[in-house]
This record gives sequence, structure tokens and C-alpha cells, in this order.
Amino acid sequence: MIKFLIYDGSFDGFLSVVFKVYDERLSKIRILREAQYDHAHTLFDEKEVVQTNVTHAKRVWKTLKQKCSHHGLRLIYKAYLSEIAGSEESMLIFIQKQLKASSPISQNYSDPDILRLSKVVKMVDREKHRLDAFVRFRQTKEGVYFAVISPDFNVLPLNISHFKHRYADQKWIIYDLKRKYGIYYDLVRVEIITFKFDPGALSPNVGYAEEEMQFEALWKNYFKSTNITSRKNTRLHHQHVPKRYWKYLIEKRP
Amino acid sequence: MNYERIKEKLNILADAAKYDVSCASSGSKRTNKNKGLGNSSGMGICHSYTEDGRCVSLLKILLTNYCIFDCAYCVTRKSNDIPRAAFKVQEVVDLTIAFYRRNYIEGLFLSSGIFKNADYTMERLIAVAKKLRKEENFNGYIHLKSIPGASDALMREAGLYADRLSVNIEIPSVEGLKLLAPDKKRNDFLRPMEKVKNEIIQYRSERKIIKNTPVYAPAGQSTQMIIGAAGETDAEIMYNSAYLYKKYNLKRVYYSGYIPISYDARLPSIGTNVPLLRENRLYQTDWLLRFYGFDIRELLSKEHPNLDSDIDPKLSWALRNLALFPVDINKADRGMIARVPGIGLKSVHKILQARRFRRLHWDHLKALGIAANRAKYFIVCDAPSFETKDRTAAQIKGLILQESKHKFRGMLNGQLNLFDPVTPMVG
Ligand code: SF4
Repeated sequence: MIKFLIYDGSFDGFLSVVFKVYDERLSKIRILREAQYDHAHTLFDEKEVVQTNVTHAKRVWKTLKQKCSHHGLRLIYKAYLSEIAGSEESMLIFIQKQLKASSPISQNYSDPDILRLSKVVKMVDREKHRLDAFVRFRQTKEGVYFAVISPDFNVLPLNISHFKHRYADQKWIIYDLKRKYGIYYDLVRVEIITFKFDPGALSPNVGYAEEEMQFEALWKNYFKSTNITSRKNTRLHHQHVPKRYWKYLIEKRP
Repeated sequence: MNYERIKEKLNILADAAKYDVSCASSGSKRTNKNKGLGNSSGMGICHSYTEDGRCVSLLKILLTNYCIFDCAYCVTRKSNDIPRAAFKVQEVVDLTIAFYRRNYIEGLFLSSGIFKNADYTMERLIAVAKKLRKEENFNGYIHLKSIPGASDALMREAGLYADRLSVNIEIPSVEGLKLLAPDKKRNDFLRPMEKVKNEIIQYRSERKIIKNTPVYAPAGQSTQMIIGAAGETDAEIMYNSAYLYKKYNLKRVYYSGYIPISYDARLPSIGTNVPLLRENRLYQTDWLLRFYGFDIRELLSKEHPNLDSDIDPKLSWALRNLALFPVDINKADRGMIARVPGIGLKSVHKILQARRFRRLHWDHLKALGIAANRAKYFIVCDAPSFETKDRTAAQIKGLILQESKHKFRGMLNGQLNLFDPVTPMVG
């Protein structure tokens, strides 16, 4: 019988599951986040809620650090951020294979499990890069540059370094509407923040600086003038900017 | 800021700048200093895409579209009856900063019509870049146009503030240039290019000795050629490119299919299709030169002056050189694997990684993303079955075209669907 291990959705939580699997020599398991459990599974399976244990998590991570290349560690972390159901099992398989192997295996693309994991990570990377590109800040009345997003994967942690290096002299917030948290740079460091109100409801007239609409209008205008109609290629356009991102993009808004 | 006035200017001066296809913002090493604004040490980002599928990375504008010259292929030419405008230096600075802070752009690409003379124009472009760097502590990307005929002293200064400098050759042949741009001489383009190249070399060597030597045009130089305006062959265009890459260490040559903008009898008339497929083939050839280890003489020659339109240049080369195939995927070196049709550089890398762990067969190769329908005629791998039949080049070509007919259907009538003209796939 398959046993379901349920964890709280944190990275430490996942590592605690790995600890348990090794500690109790478990096999035939599925790993799920709390939020994923209800709708997916029958009453007949066995289930156990694994408490997040930071000490256990640290021990697992330490072992992985000794066995994995940097590439391999990123592979695990990014696959975790994908939040795709089932990726925990792929991560576990990778970890098990890696711990048995004598050298790093994260680039062994002839192994179907690793190839599958790399494909997930590629999707995460792509989403991260799209956010670097498609985030659009608006200046609030308080002078903070503010952007809301709702990415397919939980990539915000991966974006911190990029934005911190780029916008070192302005305060900014990027807020994930789906996961209800944001990152805030206060000119010194980046912190994780949450809001009590719904920042998606901020409208152009409330909260934002007056000149904001002017700059957006200028940008829209620029975007229009830079197009060459005799080269129009809608399919290519959609391929580069999938429709689900249009909501962020001032230039694509009517 | 007077937004209405700026908007008018922006419309005119962005519209006039859009024919320069370069939009790259990568390759610089400028990092954020003293908690200033911006960073261009990364990969370069496309923040948006136009409806024709081109990357929007930089605020690309002319400082002015007043011009004393009359180049036939250019909308800005003196004799053209169009609205004219000019930005003030400070206006460009403010606009760049405002757009950059909102994450619309990676930086500025500033070009200009030639007003008064080359040096006067170049000075104004430099003034914008200098203000951005010195007063705004801006570390985003700046691409300045080198104005043909600008003095050595100005070119030297330009590189201190710009990440990239470019001067557009536009017309690949001397005769074509004489016909279409009688005010310009080839040497007017080459001289600033030469100066910048020498400065780059000098600054680099000084930097090795004295660490705080300022960076000089860290993203190098580029140029653009217009395709299909003056009747050149592909060979003429690409031999020019190969020469420019070698002689001036150019980072990029851009190819811009001529967009008819004039009833001038010397040029293709308005309504003529933009040669997008040809443009794409040239980019593919360019890629083969820069990344795949090809020499131009392998791809184009007197006997073979134009690229095939129905197949890509790598496949075309392979079919002319069947004696070099099949290649053993489990043994061949990187360079030879990269020459196999249907295998792009990413797959080459993955193949080399994967074959350290085991001998590869078809399923592996397919999973690694190679285009097996093309590659299968050119490789052997760890499998009992591969294409053993001795086929002629014409037969292979026929089979490949047949299989990919559906996929590539749109391409031959000039509608590119699968290829991005600026970063073409070469497989
Ligand atoms: S000098 Fe430049 S801007 Fe002026 S007409 Fe010639 S190409 Fe156009």
C-alpha cells in the first residue's frame, strides 16, 4: 500500500520528509503538500503528517551539499519552487540516486528521472526570467516603486538578487498576488512582507503618484511607434509574450 | 516635464529610429556602483516584444531627425517630406531614467540624423551619455551611434560612457553606396570603427596592468546592413560580415530586410515584401560563423553566391559534404557534432554531458532535443537501426523537405513563424 507523507509546503518541510524516509527506510510513498492533499486522494491510503523539523532539514541539506554539485542543489531547490504536484517524488528519486553515486549526477541527461527534473527546472528558470522582464513598477505617492505579479511558480525568491542589484537606489516592492507575499527593498536589504489589504485593488487613481499615468502613456506611445507594420508577425509575438502575461504589461493594456 | 510635447517628439523620433534592428543589451560588464541606479552585467533582457516579434530592450530613439544628408534608403533623408523634431539633451536623460526605474527598459539606444555636421552631432550624443553616467549615476546600458565622419577625439570620449558603439554600413558594396548614399564614403564608416577598435584594445591591455582603468565600450561594436536595397548577393553581404568581424572585432552584424519607404526608382517600390526569409537565412549563416566554427568559404562562394531558400545553410553545407558523414555521436568531437543538421548548440552540450555516463541511442538523442528527422541521415549512435542506405544529396533533401513540409509551410511565402529573426535557430 502506498503511504502519503504530508508536509507543510516549506522547503525545510520537504527536507524533513527526506530525513524521515531515510530514518525509517520508507519506500512506496507519495509526498504531498497539505494544500494538495484533500482533493487528490482516497480514504484507503495510509497518510502521515510530517512535522517540519529544522534540525533534520539542516542535516539533510548538509549531506546534500557534500554530495551534490552547486548545479544539483539548485536543481532540488528550483524543482521545489515549481510547486508542481509530483515533483517532490522526482526530487526524492534524484536525491536517492545522488547519495548512492560517487560523483555529481545532476547533468546526466541520459537518465529519464534527471531529464524530467531538469525540464521542470527549465520551466521555473524561464518563469524567473520572464518576471525579470515583465515586472512593471508604478511609483506610489510615498515614492515606493510597486509591482504586482502572479507567476505560475513560486519564483520570487529567485528574483531578489536581480532586482536588488539593479534598483539599489530606489525603494521597491514586488508582490505575488497568488501566494500573498512580497519582497520589499528598503534601500538596505530585502525583506519578505505580507499585506492585510489586497494590493491588486490599488487603482491608477488611488495610491499612485500623479505623474505615473503620464509615464505609462509615454511608454505605450513609444511601444506603438516602434512597431513596423509591414513585418507584423502575430504568432511570433504571442510566442514571446504569452497572453497570460499581458495583464502586467502596460503596453498591452487597452 | 511637458508631457504633451515630449509625447509628440517621442512619436516622431522613435518611429524614425525603429529601422535600426539592433536591440541587444548584453555583453557589458558594467555593475552597479555606489548604490547607483542600474546594472548591465547580466544577460540583457527583452522587456517586451513588438507585434512583429522583435525584442524591445532599449529606449531606441533619434536625438533628432533633421538631417543634412539624403541617403535614398532612409526615412530621415533631407528630401523626405515628414515632420521633424529634436530632443533636448536633458529630455532624453529624464525619459531614460523614468523608463528604467519602472523596469520598462535595459537602457538607451541613441542615434541621430546628422545636423550641422558629424562632430556637432556626435558631441550631443556624448553629452546625453555623459550626463546619465556622471549626474544620474546610471549603470544601465547605453548604445550610441557613431556618426560617420566623427573625429577620433570624439570617438575616444564616446566609448568612456557608452557600453556599445555602432556605425551602420547599411549598403554592403561600394557601388551601391555611391548610388544610394552619394554623400557618404565607405571610409566614413570604417574610420570611427577602426578608432573604437584600437581604443578597446588599448584600454583592455591597460586594465590588465592598472586595475582601475575605466571601462571602454565594454559591449564592443556592431553594425547593420540593409538587405535587398541595392541588389547584392548573399555572398557579398556575408563576406563583408566575415571581414568586419575579423578586422574590427565586431560583436554583432545585423541584417535588416529593406522596408520600402520611398518611390525612388533606385529602390524596390513601396508594397514590395520585406525579404524576411532571406534575412533569416543570413542570420543563420552569421550564427554558423560565430558559434559553429564555420568559415565563410565553406558556406558561400563564387559558384554558390546565394543561400538556398528552401533549406537552412547548415543542411545545405552538409549535403554538399556528404563524404564527411555519418558522424558517430558517441565519439565525434564537439566541433563535428555541431556541424550535424538538426543538432543545435544546446543539444551539443547536452550530448557531451550525457555521453560521459553512457553510450547514447536514439531515444536519448530525441529526449535531448535534437531534430531526429534531419539528423538521422548524418549520424550513427548506439542502435542497431540507422539510415544505412546510400542516398544522394538530392534524395536526402527531398525526404527532409517532405517531412518538414507541414511545419515550414508558411516560410516560403515570406511569413516567418518559427524563426525569430534576431536569434535564429540553427539546427
Ligand atoms: S545620414 Fe543617416 S539619418 Fe541622414 S539620411 Fe543618411 S542614413 Fe538617414
